[in-house]
Amino acid sequence: MNLRKIIKLSDGFLLTPDLDTDIEINGGYGADLMSDVLAFSQPNSLLLTGLTNPQVVRTAQMAEFHAIIFVRGKQPQAETLLIANQEGIPLITSPFGMFELSGRLHKAGLPSFESNESN
Amino acid sequence: MAASTKQVCQVSNQMSPTRRPARIPTEQETHGRRGRSITDDDANAINRVEELSYDLKVHEVMTASLKIASPEMPLSQVLEILRVNRISGVPVVKDNELIGILSLEDIVHAMQKNELSAPVSAYMTRKLVTVASYDSIVSAIQKFSDSRLGRLPVVDENYKLVGMITKGDITRGILIALQKDYKEEEVRRYRASHLFEDIISDRTTLVLRYNIKAQDFTHGGNASSHIKRALLRLGADPQIARRCGIAVYEAEINLIIHTTHGGILKLEVESHRITMSTIDDGPGIPDIEQVLQAGYSTATEQVREMGFGAGMGLVNIKRCVDKMDIESTVGKGTKLTMRIHVPTENFTGRKEE
Repeated sequence: MNLRKIIKLSDGFLLTPDLDTDIEINGGYGADLMSDVLAFSQPNSLLLTGLTNPQVVRTAQMAEFHAIIFVRGKQPQAETLLIANQEGIPLITSPFGMFELSGRLHKAGLPSFESNESN
Repeated sequence: MAASTKQVCQVSNQMSPTRRPARIPTEQETHGRRGRSITDDDANAINRVEELSYDLKVHEVMTASLKIASPEMPLSQVLEILRVNRISGVPVVKDNELIGILSLEDIVHAMQKNELSAPVSAYMTRKLVTVASYDSIVSAIQKFSDSRLGRLPVVDENYKLVGMITKGDITRGILIALQKDYKEEEVRRYRASHLFEDIISDRTTLVLRYNIKAQDFTHGGNASSHIKRALLRLGADPQIARRCGIAVYEAEINLIIHTTHGGILKLEVESHRITMSTIDDGPGIPDIEQVLQAGYSTATEQVREMGFGAGMGLVNIKRCVDKMDIESTVGKGTKLTMRIHVPTENFTGRKEE
């Protein structure tokens, strides 16, 4: 699913306007625990999270996420934006909560990229 | 069709300026503006191609090797020049000065009157649209769309003809510039990936060291990010780089969370294996068996709020690497070693013999 479509579905606001949003996202993964993200996610997906600190971007980079959506309208810290722009990972904020947003995206056809077996 | 759609979109934009991008500008909003002053929203939406149209200068993309005509030349001779060089127009120059331009269309006019023997000066276009060599290509783009011409003569500051520019030149120039960023990374990767082939020894090891400060969450992950990039440049398989990245990131975060004075993160790359290690000087782990259990954690509430400290770090590391060792002495410090075996072709481009 194209990231632009995801932004639309999530009623999202793109926080990194300099980054390309014309990218393909293969699946989604939601968590607030970074170790879970690292252990159970698959590459090339979208991260839904309620955390906004710079580590989220680092974690996303290590686990090879293509974009991050902050749920419940959260705004990231300045440092988070800086690293995201550096590493080329688009950040989006959505007014929906984690459950609501996961449901909307899943219903629209974005598969779950949560794996039971860790990396 | 496309042009009329654009017009409609332009009008609606102008009529409802307050409704313009409350959120993400659509493609039409991004690309469909013309003749309006640029707002902050627009400025944010300027993408790399648009940036390039300002960065690139006309002389960087124009064609400098020129076919020219003189005003006295018969049209039939110019037609031959156009045919041989497969171009559709030439600038007309007299005494080193640009005085007109002759296009295929002008020649067609002459043909209709059966006057191919007439001189260039009789049929050339004297009203000249030129572009300066030191201008950004955006000004050439503007002139192309205003004049509907296919090629423009390029002049220097003394109005001397120095080249010609076509829309194709601009497209080519932008594409080449776009590829450059990508190529720079490719070149770095190429150089790095030959390290193990070009430097001959009985055993080559590349060692990278990073100093990690305790409690420095802001920069947490920077070292791991550098390590992962280094591995990819060295030619490591992306899957292996990902495993290394995740393991070393967890280890880096552990140094930040748990150590008294921070520690050292070390990466050693050999042609057959990658070794990552962290060394710190305290406080040390009293019971190693315990810290290896999933869910066991001594992290503070503050650390947990950041999404860490759930007692999964070492468990994750163990899953990612082929071999993990912890040595620790309370009051002295901890050494964590992580090792991943790599197929030899990762770093040498050759299959293991």
